[in-house]
Amino acid sequence: MTNHYIDLKNSDCILIMGGNPAENHPIAFKWILRAKDRGATLIHVDPRFTRTSARCDHHVPLRSGTDIAFLGGMIKHIIDNNMIQEEYVKYYTNASFIVSPGYAFNDGLFSGYDPEKRKYSKDTWTTEKDEAGIPIRDYTLQDPRCVYQMLKKHYERYTLDKVSSITGVSKDNLLKVYNLYGATGARDKAGTECYALGWTHHTVGSQNIRTMAIIQLLLGNMGIAGGGINALRGEPNVQGSTDHAILYNILPGYLKMPTGPIQTLAAYNEKYTSKSADPMSANWYQNYPKYAVSFLKAVWGDKATPENDFGYSWLPKLDEGQATSIMHTFDDMYAGKVKGFFAYGSNVAVSNPNTTKVRKALQKLEWMVNVNIFDNETAMFWKGPGVDPKNVDTEVFLLPAAASMEKEGSQSNSGRWVQWRYKAAEPPGDALSDGDISMRIMDEIRALYAKEGGACPEPILNLKWDYRDGLNRFDVPKVAKWINGQATQDFVIEDLVAGTKEVYKKGDPIPSFAKLQANGTTSAGNWLMTGSFDQKGENKMMKRGKDDPTGLGLFPDWSFAWPLNRRIIYNRASCDLNGKPYDPKRNILEWKGDKWVGDVPDGPWPPMANTEKGKLPFIMKADGVGSIFGPGMAEGPFPEHYEPLEGPLAKNPLGGQLLNPAVKRFKSDLDVIANADEKFPYVCTSYSCTEHWCTGFTRWQPWLLEAMPEAYLEMSEQLAEKLGIKNGEKIKVSALRGQVECVAMVTKRMTPFEIEGKTVHQVGMPFNYGWRFPEGAADASANYLTNAIGCPNTFCPEYKAFMVNVSKA
Amino acid sequence: MSGAIGSGVALSSLGLDLTALKAHAAELSKMDRIRTAKQSISICCYCSVGCNVICSTDRLTGKIFNIEGDPDMPINEGSLCAKGAGLFGLTEANEHRLKKVLYRAPKSDKWEEKDWDWSLKRIARLFKDTRDKDFITHNAKGELVNRVESIGHYGSSNIGNEECWTLSVACRAMGLVHIDHQARV
Repeated sequence: MTNHYIDLKNSDCILIMGGNPAENHPIAFKWILRAKDRGATLIHVDPRFTRTSARCDHHVPLRSGTDIAFLGGMIKHIIDNNMIQEEYVKYYTNASFIVSPGYAFNDGLFSGYDPEKRKYSKDTWTTEKDEAGIPIRDYTLQDPRCVYQMLKKHYERYTLDKVSSITGVSKDNLLKVYNLYGATGARDKAGTECYALGWTHHTVGSQNIRTMAIIQLLLGNMGIAGGGINALRGEPNVQGSTDHAILYNILPGYLKMPTGPIQTLAAYNEKYTSKSADPMSANWYQNYPKYAVSFLKAVWGDKATPENDFGYSWLPKLDEGQATSIMHTFDDMYAGKVKGFFAYGSNVAVSNPNTTKVRKALQKLEWMVNVNIFDNETAMFWKGPGVDPKNVDTEVFLLPAAASMEKEGSQSNSGRWVQWRYKAAEPPGDALSDGDISMRIMDEIRALYAKEGGACPEPILNLKWDYRDGLNRFDVPKVAKWINGQATQDFVIEDLVAGTKEVYKKGDPIPSFAKLQANGTTSAGNWLMTGSFDQKGENKMMKRGKDDPTGLGLFPDWSFAWPLNRRIIYNRASCDLNGKPYDPKRNILEWKGDKWVGDVPDGPWPPMANTEKGKLPFIMKADGVGSIFGPGMAEGPFPEHYEPLEGPLAKNPLGGQLLNPAVKRFKSDLDVIANADEKFPYVCTSYSCTEHWCTGFTRWQPWLLEAMPEAYLEMSEQLAEKLGIKNGEKIKVSALRGQVECVAMVTKRMTPFEIEGKTVHQVGMPFNYGWRFPEGAADASANYLTNAIGCPNTFCPEYKAFMVNVSKA
Repeated sequence: MSGAIGSGVALSSLGLDLTALKAHAAELSKMDRIRTAKQSISICCYCSVGCNVICSTDRLTGKIFNIEGDPDMPINEGSLCAKGAGLFGLTEANEHRLKKVLYRAPKSDKWEEKDWDWSLKRIARLFKDTRDKDFITHNAKGELVNRVESIGHYGSSNIGNEECWTLSVACRAMGLVHIDHQARV
């Protein structure tokens, strides 16, 4: 979230699209309803009428996978009706930049496309700079090649008729939402968007979110109270696990993963240190080497020295362009290339797409370690439906883990609040915390390498791995401090201009990432968390102060929020060029005299009216402004509607490319698809429900299981009548990749769509179920139906749009 | 759902006899136990709102006997959803919790209970044999890459930050590149 949960109450208009917070984030929904109590308008755009829709002012059903068409139409409407926050768009975004002449868009393709590689060269996706390297701007926004005019041109095709025909949303409903939401472009109005997996789970997932980000920039809604883009994430510490990069493509703190061509630390820092010639840009990522070196010092401790590039060569490196997301892992496992597998706190046999392929892949493993608090379909894949254990050679370990209330540590919510939890009881029996388990596994591995040697033992033996307390248990506070960072030797930061001197003794916690060093005198496991301790060692994550000085719910003394306890990111954009809030009613920050007052500002610099020292507000971007033109994306600088991998249409009504041109398919015999195929005529989506969580460790809890005992498919009365299916009947749901049997839930909550002149039925089912528990349960994992294909930026699978058939069981 | 309802459900699940005759005594007993309980703040382990809960642990047995919403926490203000209110179902009181290391041998159709020492040694052996066999020092272009592609790691977003960070760096030290977790699904 750019903002945080309580801040939802400050909004005037909340667009909930790609989520169902009333059921999946019920306590967050309380704050959405507080906004409604204040008079805010709530809009829910979703294929299904849910309990969220029931409490919103408007429910607008749309066909799964057509969000960009819907939002692209909104961009056109906002521009055509001049609903933008003009000053914000001119000065705080790249709308005024001039797009390079080589850039083009034609019939669904941007310039630079290589159809063989299904990849773009981004050479032409640039904006023009003057001789000094400063972006050329046209603040009148009239230049035909300025970003604003190019944006207008790009979305000319997204007419009400076209958008309605693609999405199945009536023109009346489109206009209603566009006008209500567009009205938040007024300076004293705030609009926010809440999404969840309903947006990320598409082959255009990242661009779904980016389209909304463009709208928020046009309306001046980023950086303000009651605004922003707010991902309501689905797991308790998924913010933290992402920040700490249990991911192939980044290192902790969103540092870049090194690749083969980048052989030295100098080359790595050179490549990823952001450069800007614009004196108005703070260009925060010019500090990149400080965070990279401090990270390496944290990983290898004293073994990281300037002489050995701080251990840079010990980090594994992918080849240029190589991807190893979990879908790639299963593709390689199915091909017999991945032989060993650790699965901590997870149940991949239910959670990952194309379950048929996942379960066959698991059978090819030589060994697997699953760490869990309950047995599950992954741990017992060797005994699953249709599997003969005699034919499975895998050695499997199921290690008993502690539950969250049985261990201490910090956990980061979606609003970046990093809170501390305390241990309330010992874990049962032989169970241990995941921290203790990973410590012990690594201890044994290190002992073996110390004794026997082996392939490249240095990174294993040089790893700093002393995170134990006096009783040899995983020392959580010690790790937390180490992540925050500390001085590795005595040093002084001297500011000659200000005449100040800061003295750090070896071992002192570093209180701000602005103090980290690139020469090895500091270590920090994750620079974003630097500041979670103060220099005296106070753990700010434990703070439970309840003061709310702005009255807007920032609660600055409750826990620690990264970065640097900032509660609303990009908050300097809430103020005009003189540093005065655009909306005095929602004053989270104001320039008073010679300093910012309110939330922790995005940097100390004065507002932009100070032409000498002022800085642009989007400090993490090299050019200091919000990117309406976004060349970082895999499939184009402006979002474009493409159909899902499996959909009802044979042709994209908006252009010559049916599928996102940057998407790559897996090629195994089990990666089969049926697009616009009459054998699989119904659009299906998958979701969770209030009583279950993800792959269903809630199924092992009788209270929750009783409330939601078995898998079901929601279908409209019209489709049920057509198929002669009655509510509560057993049905079969099939895709080309697999099928499940479940109960028919015939409901008014689903309605058919009119798409390109034809009736298209949409159905949906929860993904929380599996065969392992309750005993005798059907093997009704919804992911038997889904495709292993993902957004080319993130490889989030397309769980939310695929094609099925439905029949009586 | 309020904390009061949550604690009532938790108590009845402990098997207290709440017949009319004994109700008064049971209430007194509950009061005593709450008074002598150790209270610890924990955080709900389901969605990402970060609702705080108060866990009451019996000082005599060391067991959690009640979990309810924390009224001091500014976001949840003491309230919890259906899953959060049911957090007690995740504690040791749940008979299905795993308490032993389980091992399944090749071709076997059953779990065997093992101790940590044997299991950790066996895991380390298997890991090292696979890694040593498949370790890639240089790629096809001759670049130093120090990686192993035949071992994967997945998870987890349901563990603490300190556990996440140590797992993340341990994976890198092992040379793994198939590293992923629920952030992507």
